[in-house]
Amino acid sequence: MLDIKNLHVRLEDGDKPILKGVNLSVNAGEVHAIMGPNGSGKSTASYVLSGRDGYTVTEGSVTLGGENLLEMEPDERAAAGVFLAFQYPVEIPGVGNMTFLRTALNAQRRARGQDAVSAADFLRLMRDKAKMLEVGPDMLKRPVNVGFSGGEKKRNEILQMAILEPKLCILDETDSGLDVDAMKLVANGVNALRDAGRAFLVITHYQRLLNHIKPDVVHIMADGRIIRTGGPELALEVEHNGYGGLLTEDAG
Amino acid sequence: MANTKRARGLNKGKRMAVPDDIIVKQGVEEETVEAVRSLAGAYKHGWETEIETEYAPKGLNRDIVRLISDRNGEPEWMTDWRLSAFDRWQQMKEPDWAMVSYPAIDFQNQYYYARPKSMTARPKSLDEVDPKLLETYEKLGIPLKEQMILAGVEGTDGADPDRTPADGRKVAVDAVFDSVSVGTTFQAELKKAGVIFCSFSEAVREHPELVRKYLGTVVPVSDNFYATLNSAVFSDGSFVYVPPGVRCPMELSTYFRINAENTGQFERTLIIADKGSYVSYLEGCTAPRRDTAQLHAAVVEIIAEEDAEVKYSTVQNWYPGDENGKGGIYNFVTKRADCRGDRSRVMWTQVETGSAVTWKYPSCILRGAESQGEFYSIAIANNRQQADTGTKMVHLGRNSRSRIVSKGISAGHAQNTYRGLVSVHPRAANCRNYTQCDSLLIGDRCGAHTVPYIEVRNTSSRVEHEATTSRVDDDQLFYCRQRGMDEEEAVALVVNGFVKEVLQALPMEFALEAQQLVAISLEGSVG
Repeated sequence: MLDIKNLHVRLEDGDKPILKGVNLSVNAGEVHAIMGPNGSGKSTASYVLSGRDGYTVTEGSVTLGGENLLEMEPDERAAAGVFLAFQYPVEIPGVGNMTFLRTALNAQRRARGQDAVSAADFLRLMRDKAKMLEVGPDMLKRPVNVGFSGGEKKRNEILQMAILEPKLCILDETDSGLDVDAMKLVANGVNALRDAGRAFLVITHYQRLLNHIKPDVVHIMADGRIIRTGGPELALEVEHNGYGGLLTEDAG
Repeated sequence: MANTKRARGLNKGKRMAVPDDIIVKQGVEEETVEAVRSLAGAYKHGWETEIETEYAPKGLNRDIVRLISDRNGEPEWMTDWRLSAFDRWQQMKEPDWAMVSYPAIDFQNQYYYARPKSMTARPKSLDEVDPKLLETYEKLGIPLKEQMILAGVEGTDGADPDRTPADGRKVAVDAVFDSVSVGTTFQAELKKAGVIFCSFSEAVREHPELVRKYLGTVVPVSDNFYATLNSAVFSDGSFVYVPPGVRCPMELSTYFRINAENTGQFERTLIIADKGSYVSYLEGCTAPRRDTAQLHAAVVEIIAEEDAEVKYSTVQNWYPGDENGKGGIYNFVTKRADCRGDRSRVMWTQVETGSAVTWKYPSCILRGAESQGEFYSIAIANNRQQADTGTKMVHLGRNSRSRIVSKGISAGHAQNTYRGLVSVHPRAANCRNYTQCDSLLIGDRCGAHTVPYIEVRNTSSRVEHEATTSRVDDDQLFYCRQRGMDEEEAVALVVNGFVKEVLQALPMEFALEAQQLVAISLEGSVG
């Protein structure tokens, strides 16, 4: 489903390269985890996939279901099925959570030539999904992410994901700032969305999230490249030995 | 460039009959219809205060102008200023370009000065003010006692442990009743901070140097027919001076109440924010229900010096006339801010639900480099109301920015016009303007009109649905776009949210209704 080939990226202002030839293929139905130390380029990868400004692709290609993602606007990518669960979900004062989500859903549907969802249908859809993630009516009414706790923000991201039903879900350090209970809740939400037609890219520092969201493949990223790929056991190796050993191995 | 849209044709789908058999258009949310309807025919402030009033003789001439000046105990320069305005006014013609119609006003058949008899001898403090007057303000929800008021709508249960006094905020009030100021609260506390807040007549007596320096420098005497009329006959109003570097320690507000019959109210407001200062000011207005129309012609002048910031909010709820358009206030007002200093900033917020006829364009002259002007307006017109309102943003300083968000909602037989000017001068390089106007028609007999004028005289400025204006930050934009909204939709969503926040922050009880209005959805807008 997702094919990244030899992706080189640098910051728009400045020559500093951040991704230095990333290769990655994720099939539908699979969950891939990307682990790596700070500054390895994990978050940059998520931004480049979703089309954030500020990065220049100097080489390589990214396709989703055969379509060239890099040529699309962020909203076109969203309509094509790319969803990014933000590491730091953004606050939008004065815009109700429900209004936001309904606007987003209908924008995507419009882009795909589908009819808009009526207010009543949307409400039903929302209620079902919100219940699973223990998102109360209060959180739905409040402005997007304003005054939400860390855990609430992350649950809200997963709620959005559940409603928008993307093809490719990118989770950027969704576990950061979560306690164990909140992490379980989020993981349950994600697991409920696992589906033969959907792919996941789970970006994380720590192995603990992967106890709850079991990956099929684990990649280790360092200095803008994927230096190791393996099964879930690779995550455990990192957990026990840290990144140190892997990094020296790479250098050697 | 005029873009006029009228409701026409009936949709076959869901129909909702309303009392005067106007058919609600399809696609308009029911909640909105209800909210707008609740405003029609249910004017809450239409009662009258029974009080003895003394009037100046009917009509307008040089003697009346002198009389008003004399009642206010003004020095000669002020009287002369008024008289020259009066002479000027006599040569001027009433403007007729607005999208409003009303019977000719007989300027000789009304009173220009009305004051409660109890105010003949100026009360020294609010304790000496006629209890009937104080009751009036209490009934209107205006606190004339110097007390904390709690912000927000929640119950004011004093036992709530989460509510410390810090949650409450103070609002100083200047209460204007017909032609005079009844009193101004918190003056002593404000004075400690160096802030002058008093009635305009007091300012002329106590701070003539400031009044002389600034009066008429933003809205010149000859600006327009109503401003000139106001210059001649204004009776009272509010005066604010915030010294350099001072952040005004509380919200300031003026509440205008018209009570006397067949009387015009002409008030003058002058707000000066000196270098690096900040002040937030709120204005409210109501009047009794009467069968004859009454004129209200105010002038508001704001001066913002270097790095100063002024927020000016209005909740305009004058009596709108009855369902057949009988009576109501003609609200012909000139409001203008001069962002004189570099990086100065003025924000106009208005919620307009009242008046039979409104003619009002709160504007900003963006003279300073990097100065900023903002205009946020919600105008709701019911029954036979007519509103012609908007703003002018005149960019003179380089890198100046402006933002205009206007929402007009029309129901019944009402007409609602947005009229705006964005003007960028040749030397005002790199200016930005963002304008967003929405109109919503509820029913098939009302009208919404949009008349935006744009004049740009240099090539480096951008006037458009601008995404990079200051408050829509890139993170918010990217977040919305990642969820599927295109750039325009994302900007609109974020800006609307911002406006809602601005309106929800209006202090005082009388602004609560306004906050509820903000919830109105413009789904089904005609653009």
